[in-house]
Amino acid sequence: MRSVAGSLIVNHMVQLSRTAQLDAAFAALADATRRGVLEQLGRADASITDLAERFDMTLTGMKKHVGVLEDAGLVATEKVGRVRTCRLGPRQLDEVTAWIDRYRQMWSARFDELDQVIEDMKQKERSQR
Amino acid sequence: MKNETRVEQKSDREIVITRTFNASARIVFEAWTTGELMRRWWVPKSSGINLLSCEVDARVGGGYRFVFATEPEPMAFFGRYLEVSPYTRLVWTNDESGDAGQLSTLTLEEHGETTKLVLHEVFPSAEALEAGRGAYDGMPESFAQLDALLAERMMRA
Repeated sequence: MRSVAGSLIVNHMVQLSRTAQLDAAFAALADATRRGVLEQLGRADASITDLAERFDMTLTGMKKHVGVLEDAGLVATEKVGRVRTCRLGPRQLDEVTAWIDRYRQMWSARFDELDQVIEDMKQKERSQR
Repeated sequence: MKNETRVEQKSDREIVITRTFNASARIVFEAWTTGELMRRWWVPKSSGINLLSCEVDARVGGGYRFVFATEPEPMAFFGRYLEVSPYTRLVWTNDESGDAGQLSTLTLEEHGETTKLVLHEVFPSAEALEAGRGAYDGMPESFAQLDALLAERMMRA
């Protein structure tokens, strides 16, 4: 009994932390500058100073954006000497979009069948005319 | 050439599905509101799941009920129609998950010989959407089958 309850609780906790992480990722992606930063880091690692210059922003403003991306796991940073370098984090966009792909596949399969049903309906109407 | 199905997450509790069909809005609407027709496409053959019954009473206040042959016991999906405006709009609830179910709004827009379908699904909360999403995380096998089938079809095309 106890192990069943225990595993339920663990499942629940995993679920909660996954929800929180995905929420953080979606919130992080809701901002155009932060999406731009991800795109930029996809091409090359960059320091916060580089990013601030590129996006025409104060250092403090860019630090905040990078902080949000880092909390969501989308960006990782490392400080070497006086420079903080940013690169893409362990969580990639794929993880956020993977389930949408599966959802799309289901609807796509349904709609392909619906196409067939619709063709039959059209044919029937034509023959009744 | 098949029309493309697009799925977009608009917010943490909204999903929008769009697809164009080569038919009038009337035909598409009928395919969505007639039980005999729905049972032919709602569960893709490729999913390998059998539909035990499919009841559709597409009137305001009427309901629908799909029962699937799943193990260990059959699973039912059901809800009520809130709005039925022939050939343009259909709104229904999804009540199988209690209060966590989404509200679905289907709109049809005719453009010449084709009809653009937009299905807007709004969940009561981000948590409810996440729970709904869990259902898809748990279906890798059937989707793997589907992948194989689609790949096979594409090779043939």
